[in-house]
Amino acid sequence: MQVSSTYKKKRKPFPFHIIVFLAPAVIIYTIFMIYPLIDSLRLSFASGETGGYIGFENYKTLFNNELWSIRFWGALKNNFEFFFIHMLVQNPIGLLLAALLSRRTLRWTNTYRTLLFMPTMLSVVIIGFIWQLILSPLWGVAEGMMALVGLDALFQPWLGLETTALPTLALISVWQFIGIPMMLFYAALLGIPDELVEAAYVDGASAWTVFWRIKFPLILPTVGIVAILTFVGNFNSFDLIYTVKGALAGPNFSTDIMGTFFFRTFFGQQLQLGNPEMGATVAAIMLLIILVGVLLYLVGWQRRIQTYEA
Amino acid sequence: MQKLQRTLTESVVPHMVLLVYLVIAMFPLFLVIINSFKTRKAIFANPLMIPTAETFSTEGYLTVWERAGFPSYFANSITVTVVSLFLILIVGAMAAFALSEYPFPGNPLLGIYLALGIMIPIRLGTVGILRLISSLGLVNTLTALILVYTAQGLPLAIFVLQSFMQRIPRELKEAARVDGATEYRIFGLILPLVRPAIATVAVFVMIPIWNDLWFPLILAPGEKTKTVTLGAQQFLGQFVSDWNAVLASLSLAMIPVLILYLIFSRQLIRGITSGAVK
Repeated sequence: MQVSSTYKKKRKPFPFHIIVFLAPAVIIYTIFMIYPLIDSLRLSFASGETGGYIGFENYKTLFNNELWSIRFWGALKNNFEFFFIHMLVQNPIGLLLAALLSRRTLRWTNTYRTLLFMPTMLSVVIIGFIWQLILSPLWGVAEGMMALVGLDALFQPWLGLETTALPTLALISVWQFIGIPMMLFYAALLGIPDELVEAAYVDGASAWTVFWRIKFPLILPTVGIVAILTFVGNFNSFDLIYTVKGALAGPNFSTDIMGTFFFRTFFGQQLQLGNPEMGATVAAIMLLIILVGVLLYLVGWQRRIQTYEA
Repeated sequence: MQKLQRTLTESVVPHMVLLVYLVIAMFPLFLVIINSFKTRKAIFANPLMIPTAETFSTEGYLTVWERAGFPSYFANSITVTVVSLFLILIVGAMAAFALSEYPFPGNPLLGIYLALGIMIPIRLGTVGILRLISSLGLVNTLTALILVYTAQGLPLAIFVLQSFMQRIPRELKEAARVDGATEYRIFGLILPLVRPAIATVAVFVMIPIWNDLWFPLILAPGEKTKTVTLGAQQFLGQFVSDWNAVLASLSLAMIPVLILYLIFSRQLIRGITSGAVK
């Protein structure tokens, strides 16, 4: 008996089909995503001249060499500002719109959400140019509209001023991507069981109380997901700044974020030649920032939420 | 009185807030489209007016048609998007099927490995990608873009499809096995059952590919391989002072996407709200 069962086990053919199913995906993904990432990390420890291993020298240059560090810390600071504007404007407005859309008695919800999500679908290049035109003093649309409410004295060429260019670009990006938090919050709010909300209304709670006391705590996991998606998206952002301000992220680098800094460093621009090793170093720092963000989210937020739910 | 106040806050206020935001969201798109059909004089004199018989003009569209290679850019974008999408869906579905169906050793680990790409942006490997693509001699080819976009789209596709395939009743597959079906045949049987998930994944991976500026700029900036997004970016940069042409090219780049979106928006929104991305 024993013998025949082991015999049977051995006869089971090698599962070639599993390999056939998995191989194409694993090969393409490994060659064109994982290998370049590792190769790029390796390059960040290599010398630009000899190609040999030089330890953390490139990182030291990036942090300490004045030519590099001023641009690096500037881009990092700007990127955090870019992110905070998204967190403070995009996500609360997205939540507000989702809260209104998810009311069961509201009509035309389909029309609203379809139209509100529209800008999110378009290319950042298009959006960047559209806002450039609207805010242009040459065309005067923004100025003209402000004049309608008597505020034309406040108009400035926001995209051209060092102090306002970055917040303006961040708000353009907020305007475009507000559909994402809106949809994620909307989906989460729809998932809340009716009985919970009904019971509170029967007890005489106002819509405001019901939202903050019952609905909001239940969608906290989504709040975390939205925050981490915003973080990763913002620290990987490039297209909008490049479209509106070019690779030099002017005026005077005031709109430079990690994506544009990375692009300039490895690809070069105008008089500056590209530097793959330093570019790889910048990419490695960006990867580190994103990983720290993801870890903070997994450990600091998701775990707390789970214990709270239990 | 109190009841009236209640109806006000319950139904009027939400509509007011949503309508105000709707205007903010729609106005810029509307403004560009209406002005693209006006004469240069009217664009500046009365930007907020819709085109009338006197101010109507299509000179911007004519300039774009003559000067820019938009037909070829569109063809490139369509080729890249459709081929990448096809590869992502078929290769992704195969991997998702294996991960959801066979409890081989290392399965969860492989799942995590493949899911890494959901959170790590592929752009961070650009230095390595550019080196690889040039050593393969693929710079300025659509193949380079297709390969990179396929790698970019696979993690999310596998992740979502896998969770849908796990929900398919086991009996179905067992019954087919008893009937002597091969594993490949069973995969073919499962595929139509996850059609809604495939449609959702398709929309999600397609949009970033179509709209991407980064990889076309770095890997395929040549005139012959330019995509619409890159072509529009460069054309707009050169023609900044020709307002008719700028407005027309923006409208041209925008309108096809908006029409497709309006056709597929139900599918897309159902995909988001059904928990596909939760």
